[in-house]
Amino acid sequence: MGYVWQLWADGPTILIALFEGALLAAVLALMAAGLSLVFGVMRVVNVAHGEFYMLGAVAAWFIASQIGGSPAVSFVAALIVAPLLVGALAAMIDITVIKKVNYDPERTIVATIGLLYIIQQGTLMGFGAVPRAVEPPFDHRIAIPWWEKVDGVWEMYWPWGLSISTYKVFVIVAAIVIISALRYAMTHSKAGLIMRATQLDSETAQAFGIPVGRVYAGVFGVGCGLAALAGVLILPIQQAHYLMGGEALLSSFIVVIIGGLGSFGGTIIAAIIIGMTDSILTIFFSPIIAKIVATLLVALVLVFKPTGLFGTKRQ
Amino acid sequence: MLEVRSINVAYGPVPVLRDLSLTANQGEILCLLGRNGAGKTTTMKAIMGLLPVTAGTVTFQGNTISNVPAHIVPTHGIGYIPQGRKLFGELTVAENLAVGLQTRKSPQRVMDAALDMFPALKTRLNQRSETLSGGEQTMLTVARALCVDPHLLLLDEPTEGLQPSMIKAIRDAILQLRRDGKAIILVEQRMDSVLAVADRVAFIEQGQIVETTDGDSLRANPSLLRARLGV
Ligand SMILES: Nc1ncnc2c1ncn2[C@@H]1O[C@H](COP(=O)(O)OP(=O)(O)O)[C@@H](O)[C@H]1O
Ligand SMILES: [Mg+2]
Repeated sequence: MGYVWQLWADGPTILIALFEGALLAAVLALMAAGLSLVFGVMRVVNVAHGEFYMLGAVAAWFIASQIGGSPAVSFVAALIVAPLLVGALAAMIDITVIKKVNYDPERTIVATIGLLYIIQQGTLMGFGAVPRAVEPPFDHRIAIPWWEKVDGVWEMYWPWGLSISTYKVFVIVAAIVIISALRYAMTHSKAGLIMRATQLDSETAQAFGIPVGRVYAGVFGVGCGLAALAGVLILPIQQAHYLMGGEALLSSFIVVIIGGLGSFGGTIIAAIIIGMTDSILTIFFSPIIAKIVATLLVALVLVFKPTGLFGTKRQ
Repeated sequence: MLEVRSINVAYGPVPVLRDLSLTANQGEILCLLGRNGAGKTTTMKAIMGLLPVTAGTVTFQGNTISNVPAHIVPTHGIGYIPQGRKLFGELTVAENLAVGLQTRKSPQRVMDAALDMFPALKTRLNQRSETLSGGEQTMLTVARALCVDPHLLLLDEPTEGLQPSMIKAIRDAILQLRRDGKAIILVEQRMDSVLAVADRVAFIEQGQIVETTDGDSLRANPSLLRARLGV
């Protein structure tokens, strides 16, 4: 019984941890969905994925600071324009770089490692090493109540610091909406059908009139655009910095390995698992413990189910 | 209608087709025969633009279709039934047909016509295609090819591994398509099927056409088949 009461007393902290975990899961799910889409359709492991996340944040900062005025207007503009710009850039990179190595698995890894450094150093030269912050378009704090038994009577109180930010709620909701829309489009739209057919058998898809080259450029654009979108959404919370892509890449790789590369549903579930454990372990223990556990999880998955928890073997 | 003129095709440095020519005409079945590895599938892929043609040309209804992007070739009205069916296994029957239809202006009419030929598929539209029986999968590959509203059909061993009743059903479908005025190139291993449907026959050996003959002379002298194919 003592443990239960201890847990109950920790309730407010657990709630905050779960909420921060949901935020992390939302951002990870967007990132990893993009990585997984690109791998699923094109069989390309995009090592530069984190840099498109960083470019999204940097582009959003640039757009927002150019427009100025109210954060609501400038941020919404950045939220729409930055992912489109980054997606278009990625589609161009597909045509000029990745297509040129014939989508060969090993050569695309080398090519995207090169891209990683070019984008990172290019951003350092153009944008500088100073982190840049952007104001959230809105940010209210919603206080959360808790209950305690005092002399046998439950009493409500407002624990100090137990509140959630409306902007973070918005990020979570936005991620859910975007991922649901993506999932719906994959199974219910003509573009989704074309992508799935290309994923299953690109040669036969061509024999039925599907312009596979254009599909690849589009998929790479959408996949990297999702990373950029995650970067824009996180910008008011985290600041833009030219090195921010590294950790994001690592986390999204952890998510897709656990979820199963190319498995959309598995990726989302893995993002929730990793987001929640990371946040809870960080708050109750330390960020180091959180990273160690995530790495252990990856190792366990690789040993016992190399295709990921929800991945299926491909022929 | 289709004219393949002296094409060379290679997989990387390895030449596979050399100076290969053939023609297909409206309302006529051309059987392409040869041993395993002779280059039949390669010929079909080359016509579909899936392999680069390094010499010679392919023209269809007056348009050059060699070395145009592969996804353009079917829009000219060429339907492909690849060897091994190559269905999109995780997609439903309806989705497989929709892939064939996505280049067409009036998809509903084309799809209805394709399904009328294989009514068995109508009740299975929402079933994943990999869960169909072998015979139904073959019907679906033919129906999917019909969804590009083709004037020419390339069938690469469509009856491979099918039970006799299905072989007959597919043969009947092919004969119906000939009556509909389609040009047909058929790769077929079964001699009885060849003798039953061929208007013309081209024998391929090591990537070259070594003999062309018409179906009637083959029927009059079936031993020619045995001599050529060594069966
Ligand atoms: N993807 C490939 N790469 C290299 N060689 C191939 C490939 N596909 C087929 N070949 C070779 O091309 C020749 C013709 O093959 P194919 O056209 O499949 O023959 P068929 O359909 O008549 O049995 C064979 O010698 C085969 O080994
Ligand atoms: Mg073959």
